[in-house]
Amino acid sequence: MTDPVHDATGAPPTPDDAPLLAVRSVSRSFGDVRALVDVSLDIRQNEFFALLGPSGCGKTTLLRILAGFEHPDTGSVTLGGADLLALPPERRPVNLMFQSYALFPHMSVERNVAYGLEREGLPKDEVQARVAEVLRVVGISETARRRPSQLSGGQRQRVALARAIVKRPRLLLLDEPLSALDRKVRGEMQLELKRLQHEVGITFVVVTHDQEEAMSMADRIAVFQRGRIEQVDRPVMLYERPRSLFVARFIGNNDLFPGTIAPGGLEVAGLGVLPTAESELAVGTAAWLGIRPEHIALVGEGAPRILTGEVIETQFLGGASTIAVGVSGYETPVLVTQAGATRLERGATVGLTWDPARAVVLPSE
Amino acid sequence: MGRLLLLGPGLLYLTVLFLLPIAAIVGISFLESNRFGQLRWEVTFASFERALDPLYLRVLATSVVIAGITTLLAVLIGYPTAWAIARLPPRWRLVVLILVVLPFWTNFLVRTYAWIVLLNTEGPISGVLQGVGLIESPLQLLYTPGAVIAGLLYAYLPLMILPLYVAIDRLDPELREAARDLGASRARVFLTVTLPMTLPGALVGAIFVFVPSLGNFVIPELLGGGKTVMIGNLIRDQFLKTRNWPLASVLALSILGILLVLLILQSRLSRRYAPVSHD
Repeated sequence: MTDPVHDATGAPPTPDDAPLLAVRSVSRSFGDVRALVDVSLDIRQNEFFALLGPSGCGKTTLLRILAGFEHPDTGSVTLGGADLLALPPERRPVNLMFQSYALFPHMSVERNVAYGLEREGLPKDEVQARVAEVLRVVGISETARRRPSQLSGGQRQRVALARAIVKRPRLLLLDEPLSALDRKVRGEMQLELKRLQHEVGITFVVVTHDQEEAMSMADRIAVFQRGRIEQVDRPVMLYERPRSLFVARFIGNNDLFPGTIAPGGLEVAGLGVLPTAESELAVGTAAWLGIRPEHIALVGEGAPRILTGEVIETQFLGGASTIAVGVSGYETPVLVTQAGATRLERGATVGLTWDPARAVVLPSE
Repeated sequence: MGRLLLLGPGLLYLTVLFLLPIAAIVGISFLESNRFGQLRWEVTFASFERALDPLYLRVLATSVVIAGITTLLAVLIGYPTAWAIARLPPRWRLVVLILVVLPFWTNFLVRTYAWIVLLNTEGPISGVLQGVGLIESPLQLLYTPGAVIAGLLYAYLPLMILPLYVAIDRLDPELREAARDLGASRARVFLTVTLPMTLPGALVGAIFVFVPSLGNFVIPELLGGGKTVMIGNLIRDQFLKTRNWPLASVLALSILGILLVLLILQSRLSRRYAPVSHD
């Protein structure tokens, strides 16, 4: 085949470090609503990539552009170096697993899964063999002859997945793949998706609003807000080095202090200068300090400390405890997490300290 | 007891005006009448034998063909119409749906007479065609099977459009997207997803059009001019003119038989394509 986009078996025609998917300055508006604003993104071969953000942030619009059901107003999208936007959805080497699964209710499970292969005009016995194989891989061989309406939610999800991966797309898009499942099944499926991705060697792009889900599955995550990408990073970096207030608030818990940049840290009204990691922001700029509750240490009397406060409340969460500390001169309680149970009583006086490198400076919005 | 009260009116209505007449027709079909139309109380299959006369069978066949063509045309016209309505912006849909049923608000006879005016040799259709030069002499449109089909189609097309609209409207657009995503062209999506999933709606519409078309006797009389005799005309004549009630009953039962077979067929087919499987 000469069309590089359709060459699903061969190596990509670009060097290894070139991205498989390149999204460049893509914008899309619906009337007055700007769903995507100047979005650029690289996704690498075999990556498990997550588009994360609250509902209405534009992540689903981007997914639909990749699948071919939406067209950007401006910008370009290439897959393996070839223009993806020029192809209608049925000719893209991209498959989408719909949030609603969109299984054909009038076809059996095996007919659903065979549908895409039949469209390629493959011989009947090859279609049968590949359908049987993929049903085995996702673990639902026994449901082959049933209708979607006769399956459980988890089984339907697996059919939708099987139907999407059986065509061996270069890019598999998953729209909120686990949102319809109950909590227990969701945990299993997270691991399962990860395993599958390794097994079939397909690049996954998953859309989710659930930060835990994105953190536990993805190699890299793009955090969306109001049509813009806030940050693209590995989960650990998103957690430890959020680059915006939105990301710091959206991912995990953070103690946040507003203030202005001062030499050696951030000057917070009523608390003085709190030590932070180095920042590129100029002295005097309004900014926030963000630090994870587990990175704050509680120290006893006499030990060096950054802040002093009084325990307001403690909460034991099994593996860890959360302690709310009221700091004089500051209204919001500071949350501190400790492993295991805490011996601290309400009303106890404690010192708070942290490694300045752990305290991230976030630009004000 | 409460339930019986609620069921009561409907049950009474059906028993008195539907079940009893049917029972009467079944009963009468096994009797014989004399020349003056009086029934002889003696069980016989004579009327069934008479009904097998090629003369009556031909009328029945003509009726089935005319009702069948009407139904087929109704599907072919109704499907794109229903599709177009379903794709309108929501507030326009209701307006257009009301327009579809609007003709029902005027008298059925008046609307059929309008067709006589239209199809007349002196009428506008023939006139326009002559004026354009497509035909030379006045065209005989009225009193042909085509006129009967046009009249039936006009009368019952809304009954096709409405169930089709419901079926198309209910179809999840993501199913069509999923099919395209899996490599199907637009035409292939229609054949493999849209059509099978809206088939139950089309079948309901087909029954709604076929049933009243098959038994109709007003339109064949007014637009067919008595030349196109349909089974409905025959039954009416046997009951009211010839006063051969047993034969009329047998003919009426033959329509009932055809409809019963169609209903069974419809429910079988619908079940095959129903989203929720019953097996």
